[in-house]
Amino acid sequence: MTFRYYPGCTLKTKARKLDETARRCAAALGAELVEPADWQCCGAVYPMAKDEIAPKLSAVRALADAKAQGQELVTLCAACHNVLKRTNLDMANDEHTRDAANRYLQLPEAYSGETTVLHYLELLRDRIGWDAIRAKVTHPLTGRKIGAYYGCLLLRPAREMQMDDAENPTIIEDFLRAIGAEPVVYAMRNECCGAYVTMEDRAAAKARVEAILQNAQACGCEELTTACPLCLYNLRENGGALKVTYFTELLAQALGLEAAE
Amino acid sequence: MQRIGVFVCHCGTNIAATVDVAQVAETLGKEPGVVLATDYPYMCSQSGQDMIENAIREQKLTGVVICSCSPRMHEATFRKTVARAGLNPYLLEIANVREQCSWVHKDREEATQKAIILGRAAIAKVTLNAPLVAGESPVVKRALVIGGGIAGIQTALDIADAGFEVDIVEKEATIGGKMAQLDKTFPTLDCAACILTPKMVDAAQHEKINILSYSEVEAVGGFVGSFRVKIRRKARYVDETKCTGCGLCTEKCPQKAVPNPFNLGLDTRRAIAIPFAQAVPKVAYIDPNYCTMLKTGKCGVCSKVCTVGAIDYKQQDTLEEREYGAIVAATGYRPISLEKYGEYAYGQSPDVVTSLELERLMNAAGPTGGTLLRPSDRTHPKTIVFVQCVGSRCEEDGRGKPYCSKICCMYTAKHAMLIREKYPDTEVYVFYIDVRTPGKNFDEFYRRAVEEYGVHYITGQVGKIVPENGKLLVQGSDLLAGMQPKIAADLVVLAAAIEPDPSARSLATLLTASMDTNDFFTEAHPKLRPVESPTAGVFLSGACQGPKDIPETVAQAGAAAAKVIGLLSRDHIVCNPCVATPNEQMCNGCSSCEKVCPYGAITYADKEFRMPDRTTALRRVAQVNPAVCQGCGACTVACPSGAMDLLGFSNKQIMAEVDAICR
Amino acid sequence: MNDTYLEYQAEILRMTDRDPKRCMICGKCTASCPAFSEMDFHPHQIVGMVERCEFDVLETVEGLWHCMSCMACSERCPRDVQPARFMDAVRQWRIRKQGGEHLHPQQVPEKIDEATPQQAIAAAFRKYRK
Repeated sequence: MTFRYYPGCTLKTKARKLDETARRCAAALGAELVEPADWQCCGAVYPMAKDEIAPKLSAVRALADAKAQGQELVTLCAACHNVLKRTNLDMANDEHTRDAANRYLQLPEAYSGETTVLHYLELLRDRIGWDAIRAKVTHPLTGRKIGAYYGCLLLRPAREMQMDDAENPTIIEDFLRAIGAEPVVYAMRNECCGAYVTMEDRAAAKARVEAILQNAQACGCEELTTACPLCLYNLRENGGALKVTYFTELLAQALGLEAAE
Repeated sequence: MQRIGVFVCHCGTNIAATVDVAQVAETLGKEPGVVLATDYPYMCSQSGQDMIENAIREQKLTGVVICSCSPRMHEATFRKTVARAGLNPYLLEIANVREQCSWVHKDREEATQKAIILGRAAIAKVTLNAPLVAGESPVVKRALVIGGGIAGIQTALDIADAGFEVDIVEKEATIGGKMAQLDKTFPTLDCAACILTPKMVDAAQHEKINILSYSEVEAVGGFVGSFRVKIRRKARYVDETKCTGCGLCTEKCPQKAVPNPFNLGLDTRRAIAIPFAQAVPKVAYIDPNYCTMLKTGKCGVCSKVCTVGAIDYKQQDTLEEREYGAIVAATGYRPISLEKYGEYAYGQSPDVVTSLELERLMNAAGPTGGTLLRPSDRTHPKTIVFVQCVGSRCEEDGRGKPYCSKICCMYTAKHAMLIREKYPDTEVYVFYIDVRTPGKNFDEFYRRAVEEYGVHYITGQVGKIVPENGKLLVQGSDLLAGMQPKIAADLVVLAAAIEPDPSARSLATLLTASMDTNDFFTEAHPKLRPVESPTAGVFLSGACQGPKDIPETVAQAGAAAAKVIGLLSRDHIVCNPCVATPNEQMCNGCSSCEKVCPYGAITYADKEFRMPDRTTALRRVAQVNPAVCQGCGACTVACPSGAMDLLGFSNKQIMAEVDAICR
Repeated sequence: MNDTYLEYQAEILRMTDRDPKRCMICGKCTASCPAFSEMDFHPHQIVGMVERCEFDVLETVEGLWHCMSCMACSERCPRDVQPARFMDAVRQWRIRKQGGEHLHPQQVPEKIDEATPQQAIAAAFRKYRK
């Protein structure tokens, strides 16, 4: 299985751990991730205003590249995934966006949303499968009570993201079970961490994180895991009460590629 | 020679404001065969009808065309009018120049031209109309009521009291429906069981009522006056005629972990059970999904303890076929599933319950014996939050229903009031969008909850419920105060939207009764025929037609019964004479028409025909039973040789209309 | 009605592709908003102000900068009005106006630390600048 892989800027700098563990795990699970040579930043937020075309162009380039290679496009950062997945839907369904983007990019072949965008979690669930992962686990995370922190961008808007039930998701819990950990469900796992507002109003972001961590701890979480670098930053820097790791780090530990701390 | 009269109605300004009625009359007056064309403000009024009658007599008309509203509205009216003047009622055609012209067009010139064209088509058709005489068919003097909730029970009692036999088919093991699960009823706070169970007993004891519980309708044939219905009697594994309802088996059965459906799974019961103490019939039944004997062949405890030998593990489903003159749908409602409303933590915390579950938690016969205890730790909840409109008025969220469920505002006021009455130390909050109380003594009831009982009503909704440390942290909005209240509640009650019982969908197909997009049965007319389905002989009772509270359900149940009684009191009903008729010379007996006929009206007969060479030959040809044919016309289009025609809508007539429109 | 405001309204509606008249003011968006306490005006009010053309107020709303674009309001809206799109559109309308930009590159160093991910900076630029 070979996939196109879009790491995004944060994974090249502050979230190297996420990128690096994801690649090693994918290889161990028999999925080859090929990073295109010339991807550009996705812009980090999907422009909700209908008339904003230019901020979507870098996403369209990555999508068209995957189409040219005939491969599915795997994302990892929750923000990149949100932008790429939704832009892809616009290219498939919104005539105005499709026409304007194609006119501007002058691609060798017009792009109209043909690529399948998969988040790494979907790659694990839908292409590799929890049972296949379970079979490869050499160091199960037995006894570790881990809370999944979904945040917003993986799940919402549910009708576009189509990953899971946005109000009661299970994909990360299923993942945690597959690697032998004990998932702890807590209601705040899909409430916002404060996101980029941490730059504008750190106190506000801190208040959000405190509420999340309080709920997670009350429900018995001993650590948290996430797929989003900004969530991880906020949970760590504005909170700190619980250890937070990327889910790919847990996977690497379970597959014996990395020692548990 | 045809002598046709054309009458153009103004319908006040409904037609005349957009259609130049005088011009329509004048133009149509020039059509061949037309000897009179005139317009009038209200053709359906007494004087309008008199005018038509006089014209028929004076002008010796052979056909009448009325340009007016939809034939659905007044075709029957005008047929009677022409009949009074001695003309066959089927020599009348209606051109719909209201719904199809004035109401849908803005441009007067366009609407007028279209009205003229439709009038012309009607003239072309009426020229070819032949007098038709309606036949009669007998009425079976027995009614079938499908659904044994309060709606079905009331309808059955009213029909039976008028002297007609009624069968109630109920899919559960007892009649009673949702009302049997309720605690008190608004706005008078009578105990639901106290007013329902006597009616259940009345139904059981009524000599004209036959209750077929644990049964389902499987097939429906026939038509108004003589429906043939197949009913599946599901195996109870208990002989209904022997069981005394002593309940010993339900105490001794070793399988104790069966979720109790009567208490909505809030407690458990045995694999053999009587649904509740006042069940009718009071007969046990075995749930085959849990019974060890039925699953593994090893147990048999109930059989051993039964003193009358009523247990029969070998019992099979049986099918009964019965005839009915009328059928009443009373299939009721259920709360929607809330599994997609994860933000309310339903299913994540046992202390988030639906309003119907709360009824059981407050009911003396419920899992807590009527003491309000929260499910998680069986303690008294001190702070309770009610959330209104959960899944109601949700236009496009993919989870709920677009309509108002109608009953929630009132039952929530009831719950809030009862809780404050019984447990004054409990704080009760209600998040609402609007409080809707249009009913007798309803608003007064709601105001009492606020003013006398101090229930806190908050204009706003709840966005998120977070279970934490045994509490439910409710984050809501208070739009009037401009606040985002956060309430640490012990119990949250969700007013789940209601939807038609899922059995209604397949029943509608069996009955060929129409439904709306929400699967509620459609009425024949939303204002004037609210308890009749558009399908003749099928009537509607209760919440299967739309959300309703108990008083409304009972009123509608009585109204449906009155309609059934009206039908059953007749010995014969007049049939629709516009039925299919085969041209036996052209029919080749291929069976195409029989296959498409939804009413089973077509059979075949071998008949002798004289051939061109003067020999005779035996040929198989189609025969239509005019009493069964409903005139749908499916056979006329299915027939490959064009042998089948519909009286009153013959191929020739339709083509004449098309020609007139295209002229 | 002020013609300029009607133009603004048309611009916002073009951006959101949603009809604010579908809002029944149930308040579920505002009940879901994690930034409620930092906001002067709340999601249902923003939708209402666009519907009523109150651009004199929208010109000064500070709550826009506190919206985290978490989309909880849009997800939970029972009528698919999508308040988050209105938040975003009004924000766009503000930053597109002369002098409307809310973040200047010189300010960035003081707002970040060693661990701040690029994602946060890129997002802030998108949300607060043209």
